[in-house]
Amino acid sequence: MKILVVDDEADVQPLFLQRFRKEIKNHEVEFDFAQSGEEALDYLKGKHSEVVLILSDINMPGMSGIELLTHIREDFPTPPPPVVMMITAYGDEENYKQAMDKGADDFLTKPLDFNLLKEKLKTI
Amino acid sequence: MYFFPLIAAFLLALRINKAIKFTALRSKWRWPLNILGGIAIAFILLDKQVDEDRLLLISAVYLLAVVEYLKRQEDFKSFTVLLNAYLPLVGTAMISALTARVAPTFYENNEAFFICGQLAAFSWIYLRLSTSKKQQQELRRISERRDELEAMVAARTAEITKQRNELQETVKELQATQAQLIQQEKLASLGELTAGIAHEIQNPLNFVNNFSEVSMELIDEMEAEMAKGDMEEANAIAADIKQNLEKIRHHGQRADGIVKGMLQHSRASSNVKEPTNLNTIADEYFRLAYHGLRAKDKSFNAELVANLDPNLPSINIVSQDVGRVLLNMFTNAFYAVHQKQKTIGGDFKPRVEVSTRVIPAPPSGGGGAQVEIMVKDNGSGIPDAIKDKIMQPFFTTKPAGEGTGLGLSLSYDIIVKAHKGHININSKEGEGSEFIITLPVA
Repeated sequence: MKILVVDDEADVQPLFLQRFRKEIKNHEVEFDFAQSGEEALDYLKGKHSEVVLILSDINMPGMSGIELLTHIREDFPTPPPPVVMMITAYGDEENYKQAMDKGADDFLTKPLDFNLLKEKLKTI
Repeated sequence: MYFFPLIAAFLLALRINKAIKFTALRSKWRWPLNILGGIAIAFILLDKQVDEDRLLLISAVYLLAVVEYLKRQEDFKSFTVLLNAYLPLVGTAMISALTARVAPTFYENNEAFFICGQLAAFSWIYLRLSTSKKQQQELRRISERRDELEAMVAARTAEITKQRNELQETVKELQATQAQLIQQEKLASLGELTAGIAHEIQNPLNFVNNFSEVSMELIDEMEAEMAKGDMEEANAIAADIKQNLEKIRHHGQRADGIVKGMLQHSRASSNVKEPTNLNTIADEYFRLAYHGLRAKDKSFNAELVANLDPNLPSINIVSQDVGRVLLNMFTNAFYAVHQKQKTIGGDFKPRVEVSTRVIPAPPSGGGGAQVEIMVKDNGSGIPDAIKDKIMQPFFTTKPAGEGTGLGLSLSYDIIVKAHKGHININSKEGEGSEFIITLPVA
């Protein structure tokens, strides 16, 4: 299962790689990373069919996670559309509502609970 | 007509007595004056067996004696004019008496003329007296008027002094209020920062927590690998753990720096200029300002562009103060794009840019090298009508309670007055604004 993680913080990358160390080793998941919404869209242009799950931060400079989500839903409607989970430090009602309105599948708050995330992955 | 000088002497005594009636001189001079007057009357009343011309001479001499005596008294200095008025009478009386003595026939032929002379001299006294009375009245009026004016001047002076004291008090109060307002402005901007700071600290803290948690798991795995004897994998895990510990340290320091910066921002300025890299401050406050606004309005998002010249030299500045200026400029820029986004909505892409660069010293001389920081936004811009007002203290376009109106005025004080720099503003309503700060390198 290919997962694209979009976050402007570069250190998110080693964190995911280590948290999912076993799963990566057992080839259960595979990670790719983008540091901005723009970068993520570029990546998806080539590989959207491979990506099953997109985990995106909302609050990023430039294109926000919500905008990225809108683009994903508009540009890649071909079934099966990727599962998109939004992640934000601001876990308030408004953010949640906005993400869900734009078609997010789930909404996670920082700090990320990796055990919870792993549970959710099993259901995909 | 020998009694003219005597009557004059009597009236003179009477007159002076009256004049000094209510003064301290009365007790000293009352009786001597009465006596002088009394002698004159007694002389008239006495049955005299002497020639009239001789009597006239005696009375003239007596009048002269009385006048000269009084004139010599220190107490009657102010009566000199009055006393001198008697001298013509003395003179005419004496001339009449002497003429009658030396040329009696001539005198008798012209007696009426001589009597007229004495009468004229006698009248002269009272004429003189009345004019001097008028003069004195005039003088008294003038002095009363002067007293009145002096009282008015004193009252006015007291009033002015009171007003001046009140003004000084007011100025003191204003200075105290100004100091309070500056402190309030600092706290207000700190308030705007709090959310940004919380966000900025939360991120590194998340990393600290996550990397330490994952490292604990990795140690368990490493132990398992070592038990299995797979030393290669164990070493790989150890390398990861080391890397994680470095990350933990890095993010710990990041949070530490933010807290220190926040404390520095709220602390009263030390006014100590230290070599500072403007890029560091610009970058730090750029993000803090952005997250500050985002915390207030979650729907807000903007493109942040930082073009920071890596070759920027360190310059001597009071970093908290200049940081405060930058924070203010960033907050304004985000506010402007946010306002525009609210009015236009939809397609508008908010964009705020900060750039730094070195301006080399002009080859022709006239000033050294400078560094320039430009804060540019594509927000609502500044209407021409208020362009010359925005630097004024207390001027704000924000709704009541949202801005102190001191931000730019304090910025001006900090950049122009304290750092000998410049603030230039280019703005077009509806298109955006550029705030350009230049600071001398040395």
